[in-house]
Amino acid sequence: MRPARPASVVIAAAAALAAVTGCTEKSDAKDGDHVINVTATDDKCQVSKKEFPAGHVELAVENKGSKVTEVYVLFPDDRVVTERENIGPGTRQRVTAEVKAGDYQIACKPGMKGDGIRQAVKATGGKAVQRDPRLDKAVAAYRSYVQAQADETLPKAEAFAKAVKDGDLEAAKKAYAPSRIGWERTEPVAESFGDIDPKVDVREDGLEDGQDPATDWTGWHRLEKALWQDKKIGTREKDLADLLIKDLKDWQNRVGKAEITPTSMANGAKELLDEVATGKVTGEEERYSHTDLVDFKANVEGAQKSYDLLKPVAKENDAALVTELDEQFAALDKLLDQYRPNTTSYDFTSYDKVGKADRKELSDAVNALAEPLSKLAAAVVK
Amino acid sequence: MTDTNSPSPSRRSLLGWGGAGLALGAAAAGGAVAMARTEDATEPAGSAIAFHGAHQAGIATPVQDRLHFAAFDVTTDDREAFVRLLKDWTEAARRMTAGHAVGEGAYGGLAEAPPDDTGEALGLKPSRLTLTIGFGPSLFEKFGLTDRRPEALVDLPKFAGDNLDKNRSGGDLCIQACADDPQVAVHAVRNLARIGFGKVVIRWSQLGFGKTSSTTPEAQTPRNLMGFKDGTRNIAGTETDRLKKFVWVDEKDEPAWMAGGSYLVARRIRMHIETWDRTSLQEQEDIFGRDKGEGAPIGKAKERDEPFLKAMKPDAHVRLAHPDSNHGATILRRGYSFTDGTDGLGRLDAGLFFLAYQRDVRKGFIPIQRSLAADALNEYIQHVGSALFAVPPGVRDKDDWWGRTLFSKEA
Repeated sequence: MRPARPASVVIAAAAALAAVTGCTEKSDAKDGDHVINVTATDDKCQVSKKEFPAGHVELAVENKGSKVTEVYVLFPDDRVVTERENIGPGTRQRVTAEVKAGDYQIACKPGMKGDGIRQAVKATGGKAVQRDPRLDKAVAAYRSYVQAQADETLPKAEAFAKAVKDGDLEAAKKAYAPSRIGWERTEPVAESFGDIDPKVDVREDGLEDGQDPATDWTGWHRLEKALWQDKKIGTREKDLADLLIKDLKDWQNRVGKAEITPTSMANGAKELLDEVATGKVTGEEERYSHTDLVDFKANVEGAQKSYDLLKPVAKENDAALVTELDEQFAALDKLLDQYRPNTTSYDFTSYDKVGKADRKELSDAVNALAEPLSKLAAAVVK
Repeated sequence: MTDTNSPSPSRRSLLGWGGAGLALGAAAAGGAVAMARTEDATEPAGSAIAFHGAHQAGIATPVQDRLHFAAFDVTTDDREAFVRLLKDWTEAARRMTAGHAVGEGAYGGLAEAPPDDTGEALGLKPSRLTLTIGFGPSLFEKFGLTDRRPEALVDLPKFAGDNLDKNRSGGDLCIQACADDPQVAVHAVRNLARIGFGKVVIRWSQLGFGKTSSTTPEAQTPRNLMGFKDGTRNIAGTETDRLKKFVWVDEKDEPAWMAGGSYLVARRIRMHIETWDRTSLQEQEDIFGRDKGEGAPIGKAKERDEPFLKAMKPDAHVRLAHPDSNHGATILRRGYSFTDGTDGLGRLDAGLFFLAYQRDVRKGFIPIQRSLAADALNEYIQHVGSALFAVPPGVRDKDDWWGRTLFSKEA
């Protein structure tokens, strides 16, 4: 999971922005055509033009109001294309994005609250995106992978939910970690929706201000705490098991329609390693069940999947990077294998039994892989 | 009594005065105040220190205000990959010490890629940044280097009172980053660590503030956290003869690849600050063998007067550490004070991060430290970290790289 709202907004923005930068198409537009002046006041959001050529656009924002404001470029479904926060009164900021032809909204949010004052705008022209057909194939293959992960997860999650509803503590504990593998493999895609992750994968410390853990905390980790810490299954837990299935079905239904691009795949792979670095290596993700290494493995597998699909193109652009990534993926896999009885099993060593020196070794291996992995996106779009 | 101990006039106001006022201040402070200005004038804090030279910068270089020291372990067993890292590091160090960003910079590159440079040093001056590399004994067990390990790169013996934490000791290699701006030093280590991922991992690191020794005797001698002047008789950066005799490995010394290099001892010395602060002034001065204000040796008037060792107590720190008590053993000290927060028992986790360069530890740090087994100061300090590194010669020009003499066949 990711900590609450601010991060998920950024992820949505990153994924969406990545979505349209997969191809850096240059429009024939004259210089200046791509600049839109946005004048924000406390009650207005004026734009200098409502139509502009698709491609590179630049918002020249001036806040003439008395409040700090934010400016967003939004897709019709409110996903964020790009944003800039904290634009102080009397200051100017430039916000840039690569946009495909289509309808968008520009929103100013004086006081940085609410839905903002909206202006409908349109990006025109823009020839059909010419992308390397191998990358189109990679995206299609990744899309079916993501769907397959959701499809395979549902029965496992249902088995977990059934054990909870049967009040069978031991069976529920056993079914817990396996029910999460498909989710963990494809988490950045699920997170790009913004609303599912906080329902199914939030930790108690990830709740927002004003949310009450007793009533607002739902999902896997709430049940994890009940099973391992409180060692009790009550009516609330049984209801939450049903809710988890309902939310995961929502994920299963929507995940196939996620915006996926070669860049978002590459960045998603890096984000999976970020997840490992900030949540799993520290033992924070599964603090009650200590099944962190299962999530760890699933994150790495998901990253490897994206990488493998992008590899043919990346190899042409940056052969040394591919050599390095092959080596570091293999090294991390080998290290993780030391923590399970055999390479087909997901019964990993309980993380509370992994000492400080071993955790450092795992962390070092994650750094060794994540640093070159952060260069994959550039190698794909080059 | 120096000016710093009196409520007025302050050192700052003395510096601001011209003419008679300055002369008065200089007289009162034994020349140190006036000289501090000289150092400022000749070594502007923002300037760049030359990276290339026969010796690595950061040894005889006038000591900067801040330190970030990092020890690394090598994780790759691919010699070629490691040599490539040394070359990449050299290039990055060359750029950063000149005040430039690493690689293609911190912005303006491909939007899809993370920037090469992490960016926090943008707009900051070079700040006299020096980056100095050293190779630890354990490195020579790798890459088939066994027969190239210098004899002088011994495994340090256990000294009386050592309580070494292995997580703060040793390392296959080290980077010493010194700068007048802490952010510049931290930026340098951070970017080198980032370049090193997959080949090396950080084993431990130490931040230091407040130099405790200077290599510029005309400047005011700095004080350690015990409040005493430290390094009064340190080797100066301009003392070519003493540097040659005590610091630089000579061409006649073995092995040849170390000629122009030096050996670095790093020790994390925790000070029991709180008990020290409850110690009477008389005892403090007896323990050091100098007075606290002026820093004059016992029985003398001025800091730089020649110490008369027999006037000091037999267990006085200065007496035991003095070259005359150690068959002439002399080291170049370059340590920094540190405070790593608190220790969970309501005490400062503070002390001295001791750094000393020498031509041969067997004739430098080892005999001195053995002699210090009787040091009265030991009641107030504890050595908790230790490492020794062979510091190769300088990078000569733009085609040269850190460690070339060790890794190239021709040297």
